[in-house]
Amino acid sequence: MMNLDLSFYNWDVISNFVVKGFYFSIMLTIVATIGGVLFGTVLALMRLSGKKWLDAPAAIYVNGMRSIPLVMVILWFFLLVPASFYAAFGSVGSNYRSEISAVITFIAFEAAYFSEIMRAGIQSIPRGQVYAGQAVGMTYGQNMRLVVLPQAFRNMLPVLLTQTIILFQDTSLVYAIGAYDMLKGFETAGKNFGRPIEAYLLAAVVYFIMCYALSWLVKRLHKKIAIIR
Amino acid sequence: MGSNWDWQVFLQDPGGKFPTYWQWMLSAWGWTVSVALLALIVALVLGSLIGIIRTLPDSPWLVRFGNAWVELFRNIPLLVQIFLWYHVIPALVPVMKGVPSFVLVVLALGFFTSARIAEQVRSGIQALPKGQRYAGMAVGFTTPQYYRYVILPMAYRIIIPPLTSETMNIFKNSSVAFAVSVTELTMFAMQAQEETSRGIEVYLAVTGLYVISAFAINRIMAFIEKKTRVPGFIVSASGGGGH
Repeated sequence: MMNLDLSFYNWDVISNFVVKGFYFSIMLTIVATIGGVLFGTVLALMRLSGKKWLDAPAAIYVNGMRSIPLVMVILWFFLLVPASFYAAFGSVGSNYRSEISAVITFIAFEAAYFSEIMRAGIQSIPRGQVYAGQAVGMTYGQNMRLVVLPQAFRNMLPVLLTQTIILFQDTSLVYAIGAYDMLKGFETAGKNFGRPIEAYLLAAVVYFIMCYALSWLVKRLHKKIAIIR
Repeated sequence: MGSNWDWQVFLQDPGGKFPTYWQWMLSAWGWTVSVALLALIVALVLGSLIGIIRTLPDSPWLVRFGNAWVELFRNIPLLVQIFLWYHVIPALVPVMKGVPSFVLVVLALGFFTSARIAEQVRSGIQALPKGQRYAGMAVGFTTPQYYRYVILPMAYRIIIPPLTSETMNIFKNSSVAFAVSVTELTMFAMQAQEETSRGIEVYLAVTGLYVISAFAINRIMAFIEKKTRVPGFIVSASGGGGH
């Protein structure tokens, strides 16, 4: 049995290395969730439009994204997003190329998964709701925005949040392009102090506590919503 | 971009173990398939065990152990789990010191996926009507017997659809092995891209192989589902999430 050096676990190490990565992981999760749900809802509406020229490209996009490993998608975007795009962000663009690329990748990738959730949510709304909206003279847009989507979103909230927890875990994969996320923060701290084992252990504990707490909250929310309905 | 594609990059010599890049790539595909299939076996065995003990009657401690297992392996990112197997466990458990990284990745991916399969096995068993269990008891079966002859044959049929997507997930998740230098497809893609600067050609070929693998699994599982179908028994189960 090897001795762990517990003095590694102090606030200086955490604040100098981990906090910066922690902020990026959280930011990436939030931005990718919001962007992914918005883009995913558009994809879901395209697939449910009943028009082939809208349905087919959305289906290819969603199924394509879902059959490729996330790591490959991360590599693809890092390769393909042109330098001129990063230049638009000025000095931030040149210093945080991996991070910007990661944000775009996660919005594009998660949209495929969120669109499947939103599609199931929209399909769970009884047809009568749509007819009722049409009967009071709503346009397609009004009907979706005021009647169908709010209910679909609410029905799917627990599933959307569970997907967000998976997304948070997946943010660790930006390792592939060297973006500085929470895991990278722990790893860098471990390397700098020659204590990689303590660093990886603490990373696992922190990820576990965050994901466990979040999934516990989602479970409670699920029960609450179930009672109201 | 299409005009300056150069597919002959695959005929170049990477200057190592393999005479050409395409031979290296096929070997990498072999590693991807090996990691995924071996991890699937680990995950199926462990996941079935854990899933079953979570449904056993009158065994609260086994149920608690099963629940803890699922929570532990579900709430830590796969990449972190791979680092734990690769960096931490060999340091803390001397027996694991000489184990090659290929084996560690198989164990990491297998244990990670076992939590998801345990969850599916449990929900498959609980989806069966209680009467099935009672019927088994009524004809005098012991607990192992009625699991073996009554419950599990139906439960596994119910969960074939989520098991299909989990099997496809295992193939996709095997890409994370790049992080501990197992030369599977993603590792190949990263290295070949760096060496040849022909990223688009390399990534397209690798992505194509992943898509072919996913499609093949989908067909194989559909075949198994068709072959094992019980006439008159309509199976329905929710699809698996995640990726």
